[in-house]
Amino acid sequence: MTRQQSHTLAVRAITAVSVLVIVPILLVIGYVVAHGIGTVDWTFLTQPPRDGMRAGGIMPALLGTLVLAAGTAVVTLPAGIGAAIFLAEYAGDNRMTRAVRLAIVNLAGIPSIVYGLFGLGAFVLFLRFGTSIVAGALTLGIMTLPVVISTAEEAIRAVPDQFRTVSLSLGATRWQTIRHHVLPHALPGILTGIILGLGRAAGETAPILFTVAAFYLPELPRSIFDQTMALPYHLYVISTQVPGMPLGMQYGTALVLLLLVLSMTLSATLIRTRMRRRREW
Amino acid sequence: MTAVPPPPAPAIAIRQLFFTYADGTEALRDISVDIAPRQLFVLFGPARAGKTTLLRLLNRLSDLIGGTRQQGHVRFNGADIFERGVDVTDLRRRIGMVFAMPTPLPGSIRSNLTFGLRMAGMRDAAALEARVEQSLRQAALWDEVKDRLESSAFALSGGQQQRLCLARSLALEPEVIILDNPTSGLDPLSTAAVEESLDALKQRYTIIMVPHSVQQAARVADSAAFLLDGELVEAGPARELFVNPRHKRTEDYISGRFG
Repeated sequence: MTRQQSHTLAVRAITAVSVLVIVPILLVIGYVVAHGIGTVDWTFLTQPPRDGMRAGGIMPALLGTLVLAAGTAVVTLPAGIGAAIFLAEYAGDNRMTRAVRLAIVNLAGIPSIVYGLFGLGAFVLFLRFGTSIVAGALTLGIMTLPVVISTAEEAIRAVPDQFRTVSLSLGATRWQTIRHHVLPHALPGILTGIILGLGRAAGETAPILFTVAAFYLPELPRSIFDQTMALPYHLYVISTQVPGMPLGMQYGTALVLLLLVLSMTLSATLIRTRMRRRREW
Repeated sequence: MTAVPPPPAPAIAIRQLFFTYADGTEALRDISVDIAPRQLFVLFGPARAGKTTLLRLLNRLSDLIGGTRQQGHVRFNGADIFERGVDVTDLRRRIGMVFAMPTPLPGSIRSNLTFGLRMAGMRDAAALEARVEQSLRQAALWDEVKDRLESSAFALSGGQQQRLCLARSLALEPEVIILDNPTSGLDPLSTAAVEESLDALKQRYTIIMVPHSVQQAARVADSAAFLLDGELVEAGPARELFVNPRHKRTEDYISGRFG
């Protein structure tokens, strides 16, 4: 085989496997859309389930997932951004910070069902929050922390050092420098990490299984110490626990969940590119 | 015999200063020199002589580097800047710095100029505005930018950016201005403009500068110090040092035999 031939072959092989990456995502989305689109309408989104969840809509589950995502943000934002600032700006390179970094990497590798069990033990039972939105949001928040911390730290480190040096040389304090010349430029990256993390949290079933999710709740939760329905768990329930379930209901629910998570990922990407384009240096 | 007036107290007195980086590089060895107030003091020498290291010690930007070791004293108006309890932000306001490459901060021309003042707590809009105009005039930039103070600092040319950085330091009304090769990226016309500004500024400020070349050093300096491999070879009034250097190595460097 000549050099030219092996080159052509390599390029073709790489192109072929790359196409293979696109195929499954298109198939999954296409399959769910094809089977679910007929069910999803305004009533489906705004009505509670009826007839043992075999009819009606998914409103309590959809709303519950949005509330849980918001609660997760409240938990993960201050801790995540704070830790990222500490790691990127204040912590030196010593045994302590290396231990923190190692912990974050491992936190990201823990299976989500383990988070669920931890949440049950720590928040539901030990702290006596009961099965509640608080317990669920705390569990999801901790699970999301590693993503938020590592993307935020990366974004903070990507801000050119020169801005810090100049700001300090003008008599700004360390914190003023971070506040005025680091965080504003790191914001797109931080935002992207948060939205990606929340997107993942919104789609998780295992962490909410024991901490917050209700099998069926005819009414909306009235406080953060109430249970709530949530889309991923609702999908699990109507797919496995309810006999005689119309297929359209399942695929409709899956489609809404998929669109919710995909739209979060997409908006994260949009925010990043939009704000990068505004950058002057 | 005519009575010689006593020399003025130095603005900055450096005594037995040693500085070593984390990797063991001895950047400065036993530096002692006086810098007189309201003069242009030039610090020159070949690459890696320790010039930038010395400059960054003077406003303690050297604090940002980890793992360094240092010894000795730098007295600014008689007070040691390395002493515990020294307000570093205040020190950096009094000893301003302009870097080798233009370093505008993202934002408008105006916000670049007012940043240091706002961080120091100045809120009065009229006072800020007065400082903006005054510092731009001092840096000979006012006429070029007075109608577009809101536009991005990055929209300026390289020479204008560097004068903006000079103005930004001047806005804080410092006592000392440090310039680390401020004309390195500039064309001859912009260089001449900056040199002209410096000549006017030394009436009011103590200026410490690493020059772009020996020629520039000889052009602008009132007094000078020659650094080589982290050691101070000689220091003195410019008219003596550049005309009759005491040391062979200084003479060789000035006459272009090495460096």
